[in-house]
Amino acid sequence: MKRSTRRRLTQGVLYAVFAAAVAFVLLSADWATIRAYFFNLDVAVGVFPEIVTIAAKNTVIYTAIAFVGGLLLGLLLALMKLSPVLPYRWFATAWIELFRGLPALLVIFGFAYAIPIAFQWRAPGGNAGAGLIALIIVSSAYIAETIRAGIEAVPKGQVEAARSLGMNGPWTMVTVTLPQAFRIITPPLTNELVILIKDTSLLFIAGMAIGDRELTTFSRDALTSTANATPLVVAALLYLIITLPLTQLVAKLERHNKRGR
Amino acid sequence: MIPVAHPASVPTRSAAVPAIEVRALCKSFGTNEVLKGIDFHVDHGEVVCVIGPSGSGKSTLLRCVNRLEEPTSGTVMVEGVDITDSETDLDGVRTRIGMVFQQFNLFPHLSVLKNLTLAQQRAKKRKKAEAVEVARRNLAKVGLAEKADAFPAQLSGGQQQRVAIARALSMDPDMMLFDEPTSALDPELVGDVLEVMKQLAREGMTMMVVTHEMGFAREVGDRVVFMDGGVVVEQGKPEDVLGNPQNERTKLFLSKVL
Ligand SMILES: Nc1ncnc2c1ncn2[C@@H]1O[C@H](COP(=O)(O)OP(=O)(O)O)[C@@H](O)[C@H]1O
Ligand SMILES: [Mg+2]
Repeated sequence: MKRSTRRRLTQGVLYAVFAAAVAFVLLSADWATIRAYFFNLDVAVGVFPEIVTIAAKNTVIYTAIAFVGGLLLGLLLALMKLSPVLPYRWFATAWIELFRGLPALLVIFGFAYAIPIAFQWRAPGGNAGAGLIALIIVSSAYIAETIRAGIEAVPKGQVEAARSLGMNGPWTMVTVTLPQAFRIITPPLTNELVILIKDTSLLFIAGMAIGDRELTTFSRDALTSTANATPLVVAALLYLIITLPLTQLVAKLERHNKRGR
Repeated sequence: MIPVAHPASVPTRSAAVPAIEVRALCKSFGTNEVLKGIDFHVDHGEVVCVIGPSGSGKSTLLRCVNRLEEPTSGTVMVEGVDITDSETDLDGVRTRIGMVFQQFNLFPHLSVLKNLTLAQQRAKKRKKAEAVEVARRNLAKVGLAEKADAFPAQLSGGQQQRVAIARALSMDPDMMLFDEPTSALDPELVGDVLEVMKQLAREGMTMMVVTHEMGFAREVGDRVVFMDGGVVVEQGKPEDVLGNPQNERTKLFLSKVL
């Protein structure tokens, strides 16, 4: 058999298997039930507008707070990790390794329940606030490593040029190193942001007040009260509406960076 | 009587002390002894060209002068100030020493004008208007007045290096260090950069130039220093060192490059 014939044959078989599998799923599915429990228009209409005006809004707000907080804390940790002062390096390393190594869910749970009990301390903003602090801390650990890598990717000659002009270390960091580092790490940072959007769903474990609920908590509650999965589908669509533009942006930035080199 | 404090960190410009004076300078990277007791000086207004084979320690010597490299032992005096002294205001001294790198090292995220004004504002505390005026004057001097708003990536290598020279000049330095400023350039772009350097020399700028351009060393240099294996092997007037070398290693090197 000729090689091209054989290849066409293999492809034909693969297509046939795929088509058969799809047909099997479509035929064996109970469409009436699926429509009633996942795509129920009445239930879908029922969760509006709160699922947007409260839940989606809170998801965006929580993401923004956790990202900005994680960025500031992560920058501080990255600078500590690159510092000549040994205890700073130790502290930053311990922090980064600890919170990258723990499940975010566990950290949120700890801040919402364990720490308040152990230290008689209430976070501002109640359980949502405590969960957010945990998210900031977790994201700071990842972002710190990203920023450190960005700083180290700036060519050594840049710092030497700035220092040879008499600029001191801090000014060199602020005006020469960091602007270039952040340009390098824009794609991975945007990625962190997308991950963070999804991680806000873990806040449900903190147990939040009605008005504080984000998309996942909100749709989970709606699932229970309506005994219908449609709210989850609506929430899923809203997540995609938020994340898809960002993942496209990351892809575009990465193509752009590749061309720039 | 209140004793008048002598500001040790402020270099004094006087003909009595050399612009650069290096004594018994040693520098090792780990176990690699790169500079093995260098004695070297550059007088005010003098142009000294440092030549020698690759790896002989020329860049390391140059970088020790503004302490981009930390000397292992020995002293480096700039205008009479010991820059290895921890009391010295190193940033202040560095504003008086212009440095030009082989790879230009322009700031790629800033426009040409910003490249020239940044350190003026941050290190010399000049007002923006003054910094811009000084920057434009120096851009005009290197023949790139119309490139003020361009970004480094939009310029040719030769233009970038001239911007780098203008950036260093904008600090009004007392002396300029050049580390193979034309080695990274396409041959047809070397001339423009050398022309700018010649003009600086004519204006009386104190210059230490590491270079492989023997024509430049012969024409512009007041003195040529030949280094090999971390020591100064031979030095003197360009016509003597280049035209009638005494040391075998100098002869060997020149036979390869001339
Ligand atoms: N930062 C550094 N770390 C380790 N070794 C270095 C460093 N810089 C230079 N060297 C070594 O020092 C020697 C002299 O280098 P250099 O001063 O650049 O020579 P030249 O400029 O004459 O070519 C070389 O063997 C080089 O490998
Ligand atoms: Mg060199």
